[in-house]
Amino acid sequence: MKGPTLTAARAGLVSCEACHLLSRPAGAGEPGFCGRCGEKLENRRRGSIATTWALLISAAICYIPANMLPVLDTTTPQGTEGDTILGGVAFLYTSGSWPLAILVLIASVMIPLGKLISLAYLLISVQRGSVKGGRERTRLYRLVVIIGRWSMLDVFVDTFTVALVQLQPLMSVAPGQGVLFFAAVVVLTMLAAESFDPRLIWDSVDPGEPVHG
Amino acid sequence: MDARLSADAVACPDCDLLQRIPALAPGGKAACIRCGRALAKQPSGSPDLPLALTVAAAIMLIVCNTLPLMELHVVGRFASTTIAGGAYEMWLQGQRVTSVLVAFCALIAPVGYVSFMLTLLIAVRLPSVPPWTGEMLRWMGHLQVWSMLEVVMLGILVALVKIAELATVDPGIGMYAFGAVILLMPAIGVNLDRRELWRRVEWMDAPR
Repeated sequence: MKGPTLTAARAGLVSCEACHLLSRPAGAGEPGFCGRCGEKLENRRRGSIATTWALLISAAICYIPANMLPVLDTTTPQGTEGDTILGGVAFLYTSGSWPLAILVLIASVMIPLGKLISLAYLLISVQRGSVKGGRERTRLYRLVVIIGRWSMLDVFVDTFTVALVQLQPLMSVAPGQGVLFFAAVVVLTMLAAESFDPRLIWDSVDPGEPVHG
Repeated sequence: MDARLSADAVACPDCDLLQRIPALAPGGKAACIRCGRALAKQPSGSPDLPLALTVAAAIMLIVCNTLPLMELHVVGRFASTTIAGGAYEMWLQGQRVTSVLVAFCALIAPVGYVSFMLTLLIAVRLPSVPPWTGEMLRWMGHLQVWSMLEVVMLGILVALVKIAELATVDPGIGMYAFGAVILLMPAIGVNLDRRELWRRVEWMDAPR
């Protein structure tokens, strides 16, 4: 390839993130709004790295109580018992539905952890100006965006368990404090993935003139 | 200066590389030459298919939100729930933030997505396309990220298996409609030519 490849930013154009229309920015540093759909135009998502780190660190902090605190409190005449996420996995495993146990383990424990590690790796590699594996890193980013939503699984499991098992005084299930933290992890990592700009990976893979805005 | 550029030139959303999208055969796809991101597709089905699928999805969405998703029988007691019922019970139990989040991802976002899609597919067929279509299509994209019906479905199935240890649980009529919605939603996405839809919407800043 001869010379730096031509990106929209180097050609003095800006691509709308919502409708992908190419337009000329209204002014340097202030590209304005998309003429077709009204989305705010940005060459690169503003403050992408700092915002993504902030959301990612908040998510990592919430990940601890999400796994330590009970997500469901089951009340029977024998008393109240709290169940953490791993407790729920163990329950599914011992009750014979090991495929579901593995499914919940992947969705609730491994996907959130994988997202935290992957996004941190992507951020560090961009900050260090890494030039290798642009294609692989972009693919990793797309994977994080696609599978991120599946970690909401446990929140929905808890919601419908609570909604159905209200058989006072025989047995009732209430949501525990862990649910809130767990939902926070999912939402914060989804927002972190949204605020990370994969185009930053390519700005250092193929450095031409610096990109402004 | 003319701000509008050639319609087949795009910048890859993932790596910003400028490229031209060639004319695609039905069923064809175009991906970014640098990072492999899917850029465009030409659905092989009829252009009316997305509207037909959206009408079906809207009907099934109404059914699955009004009829019980699952029913529980234990020692002469009976309980049933819907998606809204689940979110409401979380609210009553004091988990208000989680309740709002569940209501948004499982009810508001999918219903908003399907009703926006239905409105848009009808609006772009009108002789004069209404001025709000471009902005509506933009909001539809934002809603789609948070519409998680397929995850909700799996969550309900896991909950059914967990509760089946304690009581008799049966899927309700709503569950079958829910199953249909899960299949219809991705079918709309596969058969919809988003670039064509964007070409047909009215511009926000168009002279009126």
